[in-house]
Amino acid sequence: MSLYRVEGVVLRTHKLGEADRIVTLLTRDQGRIRAVAKGVRRTASRIGARLEPFGHVDAQLYTGRTLDGVTQVETIAAYGASLAADYPRWTAGQAMLETAERLTPEEGTPARQQFLLLVGGLRALVAGEHAAPLVLDAYLLRSLAVAGWAPTFTDCARCGAPGPHTAFHLASGGVLCAACRQPGSAAPAAASLELMAALLSGDWAVAAASEERARREASGLVAAYLSWHLERGLRSLPLVDRSG
Amino acid sequence: MYEGVVQDLIDELGRLPGVGPKSAQRIAFHLLQADSEDVRRLAQAMLEVKERVRFCTVCGNVAEDAECRICQDPRRDTAVLCVVEEPKDIVAVERTREYRGRYHVLGGAISPIDGVGPDDLRIKELLGRLADGTVRELIIATDPNLEGEATATYLARLIAPMGVAVSRLASGLPVGGDLEYADEVTLGRAFEGRRRLDVP
Ligand SMILES: [Zn+2]
Repeated sequence: MSLYRVEGVVLRTHKLGEADRIVTLLTRDQGRIRAVAKGVRRTASRIGARLEPFGHVDAQLYTGRTLDGVTQVETIAAYGASLAADYPRWTAGQAMLETAERLTPEEGTPARQQFLLLVGGLRALVAGEHAAPLVLDAYLLRSLAVAGWAPTFTDCARCGAPGPHTAFHLASGGVLCAACRQPGSAAPAAASLELMAALLSGDWAVAAASEERARREASGLVAAYLSWHLERGLRSLPLVDRSG
Repeated sequence: MYEGVVQDLIDELGRLPGVGPKSAQRIAFHLLQADSEDVRRLAQAMLEVKERVRFCTVCGNVAEDAECRICQDPRRDTAVLCVVEEPKDIVAVERTREYRGRYHVLGGAISPIDGVGPDDLRIKELLGRLADGTVRELIIATDPNLEGEATATYLARLIAPMGVAVSRLASGLPVGGDLEYADEVTLGRAFEGRRRLDVP
């Protein structure tokens, strides 16, 4: 039995048998991995609490026959408790965890950028400085960009002609100029495109000044863009409470 | 793989919660070697539970009539309602002998990542029970994990404006654990020390 350590964020847990849990982690060095935590549902062991979703942990694992197991866990940061006390933020956080899982499709393939992005996103969500739906949409756009699907909001996604342009086409990966325009393009408000560009680049001053209408339209387009790239949409996204 | 009916039994057993392929095989061969009468009793109990036991139309607990024993019991306090995730949690709370009110079973906890939202739980039924003003206090006894906490947060936000006192079981329960595994003493103490949920 060999031991090794990982730093990671707990994405989700599943009940296994009578008292165990399978824990899915997005790790700093090994990408997404799964491990079993024995007895955590039955005992007063602190490991169970530390391995709840949103936990940023330093864990010691042992190699097992089918799944590796968790022997020790130290908490680096626990975002879960504060999120669970704020329903809109918690649902936004759930969508971030699901996105991190879906955009790291191969278990064990390093995904350092996705890991760092998730930690940053959860920190921002808990800090509460920005509205939760904006933090979520910024995270989704950047997570897509890291996955290689960065959308364009200014220059034409096909020919690169400098914008602003008015047509937005999911399959082309962003806005299109009049010459490249495709059937089925959306025509979002200029303010919505500006907001999405700000969220992708991290221009919070512009994002904070945006109006509710632009936020709603941008959220819809981000969700559609994400669904277009994933085979099936996120289960959590329609359940995000945007009232907070 | 085994011959027809044996493999069918292994497959069926393997679909039960907590039963892996190895266990399914072990149980199947145990049944093959067991006394016919024992197996008949087991099969009969399984069929009967499906035929006779339903879910209480009021609280969602398991029941042999339209309403469960607790809902039919006139000695139970109608002013206090304890909200749990599953019928088995009622058994855990009843073991403490601390609680004399009634129950409401949600059928799970909110878990967006698993596609479970408020509309997938018996929350509408809960609001219906609160409408006539009989219930003065709601004790949320969802599991002491994040989904349980977030469900409590959601319910408090929804229900506190209705003028019902909403409280949550006190900490001291093993966080990350299942309510059904909490011992009577700890769970009883958590009931006594329940804290009022303030809605921001
Ligand atoms: Zn009942």
